[in-house]
Amino acid sequence: MSDVVVVDGLRHQYGDRVALGGISFKVPTGEIFGLLGPNGGGKTTLFRILTTLLAPTGGTAAICDHDVVRERARVRTKLGVVFQSPSLDIHLRARENLRHSGHLYGLSGRDLEDRIEQSLARLRVLDRADDMVKTLSGGLRRRVEIAKCMLHRPALLILDEPSTGLDPGARLDLWRNLQELVQAEGTTILITTHFMDEAERCGRVAILNRGKLVVTGGPPELKSKLGGDCITIETDEAVTLRDAIEARFSCITMVVGDAVRIETPEASSMMSQIMESFGSRIRSMTIGKPTLEDVFMHHTGHRFDGDAS
Amino acid sequence: MSNDTNAVTVGWWLPTWTLWRREMVRFVRQRSRLIGAFGTPLVFWVIMGNGIGRSLKLPGADETLSYLEYSFPGAIASILMFTAIFSTISIIDDRKDGFMQGVLAAPVSRMSIALGKVLGATTLAVGQALVFLCFGTAAGIHLHVVTFLASFGVMVLIAFSLTSLGFLIAWRMESTQGFHAVMNLFLMPMLILSGAFFPPSGAAKAMYYAMMLNPMTYGVTLLRAAIYSGNGIHADGWPAALAVSLGFAVIMFWLLIRTVTRESTQAIQ
Repeated sequence: MSDVVVVDGLRHQYGDRVALGGISFKVPTGEIFGLLGPNGGGKTTLFRILTTLLAPTGGTAAICDHDVVRERARVRTKLGVVFQSPSLDIHLRARENLRHSGHLYGLSGRDLEDRIEQSLARLRVLDRADDMVKTLSGGLRRRVEIAKCMLHRPALLILDEPSTGLDPGARLDLWRNLQELVQAEGTTILITTHFMDEAERCGRVAILNRGKLVVTGGPPELKSKLGGDCITIETDEAVTLRDAIEARFSCITMVVGDAVRIETPEASSMMSQIMESFGSRIRSMTIGKPTLEDVFMHHTGHRFDGDAS
Repeated sequence: MSNDTNAVTVGWWLPTWTLWRREMVRFVRQRSRLIGAFGTPLVFWVIMGNGIGRSLKLPGADETLSYLEYSFPGAIASILMFTAIFSTISIIDDRKDGFMQGVLAAPVSRMSIALGKVLGATTLAVGQALVFLCFGTAAGIHLHVVTFLASFGVMVLIAFSLTSLGFLIAWRMESTQGFHAVMNLFLMPMLILSGAFFPPSGAAKAMYYAMMLNPMTYGVTLLRAAIYSGNGIHADGWPAALAVSLGFAVIMFWLLIRTVTRESTQAIQ
């Protein structure tokens, strides 16, 4: 299968500020690919470049073998774009919004009406087709919006933080719909998110931090690469404790805020030894399987708090 | 869009039509806009004509022309301008809400986007102005077929220019508050200094020159010439006014397309 998205050495600067510092990745057909990163990490810039709304200052990006700058118009026909801020007109009915969008993609007549029915049915919002969008809940609006973006059967559905403003139930529902689209239509999906649990649902994830791709891979693969378990020690003297632990055990340790994190294959035996030696300096100690948050911290050296500092 | 060598954008008329249609549907569903754009100039005109007009004598004005009659084309120009403003102000929200982003990400030429919006707003403005024109019979304006057709043409021309101008301003604005500031500072003087409410001939020297430099003045002159063409009142200099008005429309729309095309390749934040 060929790659739907090919990004090669992509750079972007706003004046002196580097938003993207040369990133490369590929997304094969039929994959759900997640771009995970804190706000300000470069996700939105990348999104704008891939959706042809921003020309990069360096490197290339191609959708279905078409360059996003030189072959903008061709790329646009291949894309279904769900923006972070809803792009539905709330003064129009759901069906009218879809009809309007269909016209923008050159669809009309019977063919368009059929597609509208199918698309709304697939997202299970056909019963609300003739409701004004302003009367629909946030979750329903998202579904209508995705239905709108699927009208012209895009090769790539690209979504920017689609769960913004959705309650947990609606988020779960959104993901079920996305997975169905991949299975039923073979659509490739690229999604940006700063939610760890969402990234976990992707086939592969690229972690974007300060304009750089930190690591790319499937969530299980990324987590298993960390090796073993993670111990988190909360303490008032993180740096001195880390130095002491490193002097005693040869292992990867890291200070994150007022906590020391240790990745180790023998967590339980190590925990008891740490407790014996440094117990008085420890507020709490927990052990867990690595999460994507651990993957992020492992590769960036700082906590993932949704905002880049 | 000069970089797009392969023409895969969809034809221009379908996107233009659908954007035009959206303007119509939205207008019908927002009653307050109808009241705002139509009621204001009507009230304005009645107050101006009956209140101020009674205590004023226009310098050099035709004895047979009452102030109500004199300011009638001005009231129509006001309707055109208010509607152009009300319709284009929505562009700011469209861009913020993501609606415009959705349109920009579609394979649609920027000309279609601009044209759809501008024609939509023009239609609304002219539609309202036409209804108002019918009130003109109450002010003693005889609507011949020629008067009607000429007025219609001029109204389209003025509305098209003003909507393009409004779009151009709104496109660069980040908030509707900013638009209001520009409106008060720029668009209102443009209307007041257009000869809509008082003729340039009687104004102070500086005002006179400002009015002569104001493209709107020529639109109002042209409108007055068109409306009163059936009344035997001569409006001198209409060919020049027509030339300026046409030039104004072409330049505004050209600037608009240039802005929309250029900005879509840069950051829109």
